[in-house]
Amino acid sequence: MNNAIIYKEKNMKYIKSFNKIKLAPLFMVALLVGACNTDETQEVTQLNNLVMQDEFDVDGAPDASMWTYEIGDGTAQGLPAGWGNAELQYYTDRPENVTVENGLLVITAIEESFESSNYTSARLTTQGLFEQQYGRFEARIKLPTGKGLWPAFWLLGNDCDQNPWPQCGEIDVMEYLGNGPTVTFGSVHGPGYNGEFSVSKEYELENDRFDEGFHIFGIEWGPDYINYYVDGDLYQTITPSTVAQQAEDVEDEFIDAPENAGEWVFNRPFYIIINMAVGGNLPGAPNAETEFPQRMFVDYVRVYN
Amino acid sequence: MKNMKFNNLKITMLLTVLLCTVISCERDISDDATPATFPTVGDIFTDTPIGLTEEFFNSFDPAEGANVNGFGTDNGEAFEGSISIRIDVPAPNDPDGGFIGGIFEDSGEGRNLTQYDALTFWAKGSTTGIVEVGFGTDFVENKYAVSFPNVQLSTDWKKYIIPIPDPSKLVQERGMFLFSAGTQSTNGFGFTFWIDELRFENLGTLGQEMPRIFNGADLTQEAFVGSSIQVSGISYTVNLPTGINQTVNAAPSYYSFSSSNESVATISESGLISVTGVGTTTITASVGNNLAQGSLELTSGGPFPSAPVPTRDAANVVSLFSDAYSNVPVRHYNGFFQFATTQGGAGSDPNNVDLQVPAPGGGVDNIINYTELNFVSIGTYETVSLVDISAMTHLHVDINIREAIDGSDFLRLSMESGTGLGSTTFGSVILGSAALSNSDENGWLSLDIPISDFSGFSDLANFGQLFFVSDGVISDIWVDNVYFYNE
Repeated sequence: MNNAIIYKEKNMKYIKSFNKIKLAPLFMVALLVGACNTDETQEVTQLNNLVMQDEFDVDGAPDASMWTYEIGDGTAQGLPAGWGNAELQYYTDRPENVTVENGLLVITAIEESFESSNYTSARLTTQGLFEQQYGRFEARIKLPTGKGLWPAFWLLGNDCDQNPWPQCGEIDVMEYLGNGPTVTFGSVHGPGYNGEFSVSKEYELENDRFDEGFHIFGIEWGPDYINYYVDGDLYQTITPSTVAQQAEDVEDEFIDAPENAGEWVFNRPFYIIINMAVGGNLPGAPNAETEFPQRMFVDYVRVYN
Repeated sequence: MKNMKFNNLKITMLLTVLLCTVISCERDISDDATPATFPTVGDIFTDTPIGLTEEFFNSFDPAEGANVNGFGTDNGEAFEGSISIRIDVPAPNDPDGGFIGGIFEDSGEGRNLTQYDALTFWAKGSTTGIVEVGFGTDFVENKYAVSFPNVQLSTDWKKYIIPIPDPSKLVQERGMFLFSAGTQSTNGFGFTFWIDELRFENLGTLGQEMPRIFNGADLTQEAFVGSSIQVSGISYTVNLPTGINQTVNAAPSYYSFSSSNESVATISESGLISVTGVGTTTITASVGNNLAQGSLELTSGGPFPSAPVPTRDAANVVSLFSDAYSNVPVRHYNGFFQFATTQGGAGSDPNNVDLQVPAPGGGVDNIINYTELNFVSIGTYETVSLVDISAMTHLHVDINIREAIDGSDFLRLSMESGTGLGSTTFGSVILGSAALSNSDENGWLSLDIPISDFSGFSDLANFGQLFFVSDGVISDIWVDNVYFYNE
């Protein structure tokens, strides 16, 4: 379960981390130079044994053996309204908000009055249907446009009921803000490193946008590493020492940092979540220029080990 | 220091690009790389002008107030390198010209810019003034002109992006850059701004292209065979990599216009619609593969049902609005007074009113179309002279009521003298439903009313206003041939 503190004041982090982007182009150039000699995909990913896939080839509601829904504004899940992030949408499983057509999963954010919210959208999960420890989790996605839109492809540990977030761990394969059409970011949240102080890095397209075509977002996750890639470009590696260092660096930011701050909690089955939030602390509310409806298209979700 | 830093970065990037090129995977030259007819140089100004005419800057006409003194380069300011373009914006009362602006032109026959998607540059202002920039203006055809009127300067260097609506059109463009700056945004205080690293670029980071015609609205309109209508409200919006929607003014030539029924109307490359037949057609447009928001549905019932052509000798006429006579200067054909709902008749130019249709004897017939009428006046006061109609005996006006007439409908014509003088006289004539129904086969009611019928209106030497009043019971009328005559 997503908790109130997850993204609280993540705004600030987003702004702060802009300083880091400047390093990214050099890193990418270095990668390209190396990549010229060998097959790029082999550089980034090692795991190629397909164990789960949804190609979204059957029109209608998403495959019920693979996907379930989180409905409402979060209050039914025990969170403050707005899923703990002051989000503005009400999630439904109506075809208006989530459907499969033309080989794509389509999540649609609509501006409408619904159950005392002003927007509707959808949030799909594989909780209880597909959960896996380690592996390569990958999706091919075309993202929406406009201030206030906040789509994500992410994983949560399947023990959040027993070990409340952030102890159960969160791996954000891809997050994106509709008013930053060239930037996505990947993060992990755990004890002593979460919310504003998660381990996070942005990936910026130099000559393209995420809302004009499909891009592949993935992680390759093993016992002591999580590698993040976009379209075959590895842009971040997170290891137990990365999270331990982050927890140490931000220790003073927490009033009562847990004793196990910096613990690597990514060693149990996680499940997949795909959603599109509207508004909230991180993206801010839609503005006059945000056009609705907005759609997030998912061509496939594949998991390898 | 700043420049040093950028130079270093540049070298690093250059090296890495070189490295990458040297050991890169082999690739065949793509078909896109076939030589273009005209040079594809994107740079316009780096430390010097690149491939521009010898004069570099071609000013707007000094006779119209353009100041040619404020343009130059600055060896002490640059975003990159050592020299930038410096523009000193004059105060409005500068004897050498109250604004500055002009264009840069390619020195040759033009450039092929089809591989680029934007004009980009870095700019900095001595204050946060607003200037206009663009490209595609060559002072000849200005066929592919694009301009962005709201460049908000920053007091530190900032990059600006002006999108090219459809780069495939720019196979031979001479208009490399345009700027125009006055002091409207700075309360009349002159300021300076600098421009550097001016070039066409292929960014790849522009998206969500949204062309618009008729300001994005879907309009319907009655049309007449022989009339022509210019597509208006043309703009082009893209989402910048910063997430901001940027709307530029784009010349009609970027748009491909289409008429769904060409037997009803055709449309030229420049967006001029010519109505040629009876029926309904919808005008739409696109830029590249993007369909424009907005359309116009025209329904043509045939030729315009013209009002009877005036035949009176011009020597015995004082005309307010007619293509048959010279009109006296008019302040307005709609004053948009408080509490008035009336639309149409805007402006003071009788040749620029609501409908322009073919005149029966050739030429153009201008027609006023008042809609949402409650009251409206034709005024000749304040900015123009009051009109002396003391030698006239009658008022003539042709009115075509564009809706069914009910028993309680009326139209009241009123005349006022001495408007603005402090002493006025006023008189009215009321037309009831029976009088209003007395129209000819084209629907025109040709009224010839003795001025003496406007009882109370007495100072004929100082005519100021003619009112049309319906209190909303009649809302849509055409008006033509409004004049006084002597019989």
